[in-house]
Parts: sequence; structure tokens; C-alpha cells
Amino acid sequence: MIGATRVRAGMRPTPDRFRLLTAAISLAAPAALVAIVVVLYQEAGPAITTFGARFLVTSSWNPVTANFGALPFIYGTVVTSAIAIALALPVGIAVAMVLTEPGATGVRGAVGTGIELLAAIPSVVYGIWALYVLAPFLYIHVEVPLSARFGWLGFLSGPPRQTSLFTASVVLTVMILPTLSAVSRDVIRAVPKGLRESSIALGATWWETNRKVILPAARAGIFGATVLALGRALGETIAVTMVIGNRPEIPASIFSPGYTLASVIANEFTEATGQIYPAALLELGLVLILVTFTVNVAALLLVRRAASSRR
Amino acid sequence: MIRALNQWRRFKNTAALSAIYALTGIALVPLALVLWYTIARGFPAASHLDFYLNVERPVGIPGAGVAHAIAGTGIMVGLASLLAIPVGVVSGVHLAEYAAGRLAGWVRLAADVLVGAPSIAIGLFGYVLLVAPQHHFSGFAGAAALAVLMLPVVIRTTEGAVALIPSSLRESGLALGLPRWRVALQLVLPAAAPGVITGALLAMARAAGETAPLLFTGFGNRFLNLDPSQPMSALPLIVFHDALTPYAALQEQAWGAALVLVALVLLINLASRWVLRRQIRLAGQL
Repeated sequence: MIGATRVRAGMRPTPDRFRLLTAAISLAAPAALVAIVVVLYQEAGPAITTFGARFLVTSSWNPVTANFGALPFIYGTVVTSAIAIALALPVGIAVAMVLTEPGATGVRGAVGTGIELLAAIPSVVYGIWALYVLAPFLYIHVEVPLSARFGWLGFLSGPPRQTSLFTASVVLTVMILPTLSAVSRDVIRAVPKGLRESSIALGATWWETNRKVILPAARAGIFGATVLALGRALGETIAVTMVIGNRPEIPASIFSPGYTLASVIANEFTEATGQIYPAALLELGLVLILVTFTVNVAALLLVRRAASSRR
Repeated sequence: MIRALNQWRRFKNTAALSAIYALTGIALVPLALVLWYTIARGFPAASHLDFYLNVERPVGIPGAGVAHAIAGTGIMVGLASLLAIPVGVVSGVHLAEYAAGRLAGWVRLAADVLVGAPSIAIGLFGYVLLVAPQHHFSGFAGAAALAVLMLPVVIRTTEGAVALIPSSLRESGLALGLPRWRVALQLVLPAAAPGVITGALLAMARAAGETAPLLFTGFGNRFLNLDPSQPMSALPLIVFHDALTPYAALQEQAWGAALVLVALVLLINLASRWVLRRQIRLAGQL
């Protein structure tokens, strides 16, 4: 018995110090994640204790009377992101279908490179382009005619403005397209090849194969890709800040100026004085980061399951 | 009857195919437009040598430049790389070499969530942690914020590159009696080097283009400053601030800075693609 113990002790492998060391270093990313939430929560303290849950549902934003509510920013963030998703979804799926099409390698290579470059362009460059090129174009060719004809629908009513919720949504559409199409491409690629081949062997056309076989099989993953793109849209800051008009109100029309959580922080944080004002902005940051983290985790779980469950 | 049905199906197929390709074309229109306008409107400012040698001047005085912003971007991205790349590479090696561990799953999830974290929130984080205690903005704070942004990109691309290396290489190293750390650092990592470098370059390109994390950390500076303990300018900050001014000269300067920024970012991207192609060829040989 004693001998056996001794033998086992002697056989015990030396602890893998390399593994422990690298494991410790790799804690940096989770630590940063937790630290961001904790630090923002602490610093937002004065605003959280002053306004409580009311902060999320009131719409006054008055630095003079130190009365703050997050509703206009939550509204602007949700509306611009939702419009961007609606506009980007058909285009993103189309791109993903082209990118996963067997054959047509030349087209696929060119489109793939183009989408990657689209993702590489800095946010602020989209911002300056949107401000000087896209906003005037949309104003003349989309906002004015639409509000003239369909203004009786409240959300399209005038008077339209160049910097508006709608302009910001269009910029967001362009900016989330790479995420949406790249992740959709990955989940469509994970659909077993046999499905496509048997469908074609049965005489289905290209469109029938895609619409009735491939897309239904990839549906959960494409939903995940959409949610991931939503996460990007919610947190996008600079380009949106430059074209949304920066007005802390809840406008009836999408052609009116608005504000988002990220852009109010970008614009006002360096000028915020006193104790409550910066704390309120930090609380907006906390709300933003908690929402995007939740959305991202949900999306990652969806995409991962879609990409790995079927072989 | 059947022929009519088949014709209808063929017609639907052609229509759908054209629609898909049309939508794909639409997706690439913004890329062409952004590149074209950035070049066309940025060229007048960026074609002067002064633009790269001088710093900002009061509106109306010619010869203004963005040398201070180029220096600031270089210094802050450089410092951020020194911080993020070693930590990210080691983390990525850990994820690939001990892929099944429970910790690896959490680190992977954290990195993926951090990639999608709003950059403005990372700026706030940097402000609270490094600017507020010191009572002034600094290049160091900007670099730290950019490092948080780069870290998850480096981790995930390193993991991907290391995981590509066939396990026969690992096994032959272990069979020769090499300890685990030498196999990982001296055998696997060099074989994966091109992929790791690609990831690092992409992360640097991303950091160079970010504005939001620098607003409350690096803050900006009208003068040439090479000392990271002081506020520093950066190319994206110039674009952001100058584009929103009513002065034509400053707007032109913003477009010029945007052109320099796009050229820089696309150049890094192209370089990384070139490195990556070598990686794929190398992995094929192993």
C-alpha cells in the first residue's frame, strides 16, 4: 500500500508550467471584458442612485437642471439599427450566396476581396463620406420625394433634413454588410455538400436548390449572423455621430435628426462638467455595453451551433 | 404543359440569379464611391509635401499639414502593438494548444464578445482608468485603449493560424523529447508565423482607423508631440474634428487626412494578404 503510493507519487507528471503561464496570460481578454463593465458601473454610480430605473424610460436631457433620461438615445439606437438590418439583410444574403456558389471563382474572389476592403475602411472615413456625399444625395433623391408623397405616414413626414435617423441608418447598412455577409457565408458553407448535390441531382434549378434546401438548412445560422450584425450596428459610433443630427428628442419621422447612445457619449463626454452629467453619460455607456454584450453572446451561440451541429 | 412549367422554372431561376448578382453589385457600389470620393476630394490637400511635414495652422494661412497626427497615430498604434501583440499571441497559442480546456472556451467567448464591443465604451474605460487619475489626457491612455481593441483580433487570428499547423509536427517534436513549451514556441509558432503576422497587421490597421477610443484618451493636439505622456493627435481625430467645421480649408484638410488614412489601412491590408498567401502555401508543404 505504502509502496503503491510512493510509486504513484513518483509517476506523477511534472506540472505543465507552460500551460499554467499561458493560461494566466490568456486571462487578459476576459479580465478586460469584466473590468470594462465593473469600471463603468462604478463610475456611473451617482447617476444610477439619483435616477434609478427612471433613467431608462424618461426622455429629458437637460444638463442645466441636471435632469437626465436615456430614452431618446435608446430610441435612436434601436431605430437606426433596425432600419440598417432591414436594408442590409437581403443584400448580405445575396452576397453570401454568391460567395458560397461552387464555380464562378473569378467573381467570388473579386466579391470577397471587395467585401473585405469594405470592412477595412475606417469608420471616420465612412463618416466624412456620408456627411458630404451620401447625406445630400439621400436628401434630394430619397427623403424629399418620399416625404412629399408618403408624408401622411407619420414616420415619413417632413420636413426632411440631411442629417437624420435615415441617413445614419443607410451608413450603418453599409458598415454592417461585411459582418453580415461574411458570417452568413460561413454558416451556408457549413451546410453539408450532399444536400446541394442531391437537390441538383433531383433536377432542381439553382434557385430552387438555394431557396428550398440551402437557405432553410442555414436559417438558424443566418439569424445568428443578423444578430451579430445588429450588435455591430448598436455600438457604431463615429460615422453615425457625423450624420445623425445630434438632437436628444424622439422624432416622429425617420427624416428628422435624432441621437444614439454612442454618439451622445462621443459628443458630450469631454464637455460634461459636475458630478451627475458625466455619470449619466457613463451610465449610457454601461447600458450600451450591456446590451451589445448580451446581443453578441446570443449571436455567437446561435452561429456556433449552426456551424458545428451538422457535419 | 410540362414544357411550360419547366420554362417558368427556368425563367424564375434566371430572374433570381440576376437579382442575386444585382444585389451583390449594389453591395460593392459604396466601396467604389467611398474610395473615389476620398481620392478625388483628398488629393488637393494630400498632394502637397507640406501636408506631411507641417502641423495645423490657423484657418486661412496656407501650408497646414498633419505631421503631428501621423506621428501620433504611429506612436499610439506602436505602443498599443507592443502591449497587445505579445499578450494576444501567447493567448492565441494557449487556445490552439489546449483547445479543449474549459478556460479556453471562456477566453474564446470573451475575445469574440470583445471584438464586438462598442469602441466608444473602450474609450470611456481608458478615460476612467488612465486619464481621470492623472488629470490629463495622454498618448499612453490612447495606446492602452487601442490595445484593448487589438487584443481580441490578435488572439483569434493567432489561434486560427496555429490550429492550421498539422499535429504531426507537434507529435514529431514531442517524440524527440522536446518539452511542450519548446514544441509550441520553437516549432509550431515559427511554422504559423505568417498567419500570426497577418493577424497582428490586421489588428494594427483596425487600431489605426479607430476614432472613438481616442476621443477621451489621446484627445488630440494641435502641435507636434512625440511624448506619449502628453495629449496626442491622430489621423482619425483630424478627420472627425475638421470635417465638422464650417471652414473649407479645414474640410479639405479632413479629406486629405482621410485619404492618408485609407491609403495606410488598405496598404496594411494588402500586405497582410500577401503574408497570408505564403502561410497557406507553407501549411500545404507541412
